[in-house]
Amino acid sequence: MKHLIDPMDFSLKELEDLFELAEDIIENEDDFRHACDHKILSTLFYEPSTRTRFSFEAAMLRLGGQVIGFSEASSSSVMKGESILDTIRTVGSYVDIIALRHSKEGGPKFASQYSPVPLINAGDGGHQHPTQTLTDLLTIRQAKGQISDLTVGLCGDLKFGRTVHSLIKAMSRYENINFVLISPQELQIPEYIKMEIFNKKSIPFAEVERLEDAVERLDILYMTRVQKERFFNEEDYIRLKDSYILNKDKLKLAKKDLSILHPLPRVSEISYEVDDDSRAWYFRQVKYGMYIRMALIMKLLGVM
Amino acid sequence: MLNIDSISKGIVIDHINAGYGYSIFKYLGLDKADFAVALIMNVPSKKFGKKDLIKIENVIDVDLTMLGFIDPNITINIIEDEKIVKKINLSLPERVEGIIECKNPRCITSEERNIVHKFILIDKENGIYKCEYCDQIYAWEC
Repeated sequence: MKHLIDPMDFSLKELEDLFELAEDIIENEDDFRHACDHKILSTLFYEPSTRTRFSFEAAMLRLGGQVIGFSEASSSSVMKGESILDTIRTVGSYVDIIALRHSKEGGPKFASQYSPVPLINAGDGGHQHPTQTLTDLLTIRQAKGQISDLTVGLCGDLKFGRTVHSLIKAMSRYENINFVLISPQELQIPEYIKMEIFNKKSIPFAEVERLEDAVERLDILYMTRVQKERFFNEEDYIRLKDSYILNKDKLKLAKKDLSILHPLPRVSEISYEVDDDSRAWYFRQVKYGMYIRMALIMKLLGVM
Repeated sequence: MLNIDSISKGIVIDHINAGYGYSIFKYLGLDKADFAVALIMNVPSKKFGKKDLIKIENVIDVDLTMLGFIDPNITINIIEDEKIVKKINLSLPERVEGIIECKNPRCITSEERNIVHKFILIDKENGIYKCEYCDQIYAWEC
C-alpha cells in the first residue's frame, strides 16, 4: 500500500506516470466520471483550509466517489481527547482513502504507519505540502512542456515558505534547473537547503534582493506572500515591500514566455492588473491542483 | 589496581569513555539486575588514558546498536568458557528509537500519546540525525 507523505516519496518515473494520467484527465474528463464509483475519501482536516480541502473533495466527486470528513479539529472526536492513531484506525475502517491535514509536523507520517488505507499528507504545519508540489510541477509541465532546462525564480518569503522548500527539493531531481532566489535578507532560504540541495548536487543558484534585478532572466516566477511581521524592523519592510509586488511595470522587463505561479492565497504580492496577462498561470494552477489530486487518488486506490 | 574476577560466560562492555559507564549501566537496567554485574570506573587505558568498563555475568538481551548511539567507541566482548568468542565494535546506528526525544514543539511527538521518538542517521561523519517525523536535525554528542 502506497501513501504520499513527502514529495520525494515518488520516483521520477512514478511522477511521470502521475502527470500523464492527470493530463489524460484534463483532455478526457468524461472518461473518468465513474473511475471511483462506490469509493469513499475522508478529508480529515485538523487545521482549516479552504482551497486544499475543496480541491480534494471536488477531485473525488468528479471521479464519481463520495466524501466524508471534518474541516476543523473542534468538530471531531479530537476534542474528546482521541489520538490521531485511534482516529485513523477508526476512519480507515469506513473509507478507502484518507487526506489528512494536521497542525503538527510529521502528523500524517505518523498516521500513515497505522492507516489501513492509503493516506495523503494534505499539509502538516510548516513542514510539507506534497500535493501543492505536485500541482506546481504539473503546472510547469503544462506551461513549458517539460520540467527541465529552466531558470526558476522564487520570490518572497523563502525562509518560512514550505511550498518553496518542497518545490526546490522536487525540482532538484530534474536536469539543468537554475534557481534565482529573490527575497529580503531576513527571509532568505535556510542554510540547510543550500547545503543539502544546492551544494551537494552542484545546482546553480543566485540570491538577489530585488525582483527587478532578476525578472528578465526567468522562465518561471514563483511568487509567495511576504508578511510584514516577518521583518525585524519597519524601515526594512517599507524599503523592500514594493520589490516583492509583481505589477505590469516589472512584467515589462520579463520574457514573453515567462510563467507566473503562486500557491495562493494572494494578498498584494501580485497586482490584479497582472491577472489578465497570458503569463499569469496561478488560476490555471489551482485547477491543475484538482486534476493532479484526481490522478493521485486513482493511483493510490489502484483503480487504473 | 582494583581486581574483579573474570567471568566465564557473559558480556564485557569495554572502552567506555570515562564517566559514561554509569549512564550506560542505568540505560541497560543493570542497576536492577539480579545477576552478577560490575561497573568499574576510571580504569587505566593505553588508548584513552582512562576508561569505564562493565562486566555482566550472564548473556542478556541487549540492543547493541543502541549502545553505539550512546557511545560508538565502546567495544563489546562476548565471553564463553572464559574466552572472548566475539568482539563487536560499535558505530553510530542508522536508526535510533526511544533514546532521545525530539525537542521541536511543532513536531507530532510533542502531542501524540505513546509515540516512539525515532531518528535517522543522515551524516555518519558528523554524527547528524534527523527526526523521522519533522526532519529536525540533531547532532550526536557523547
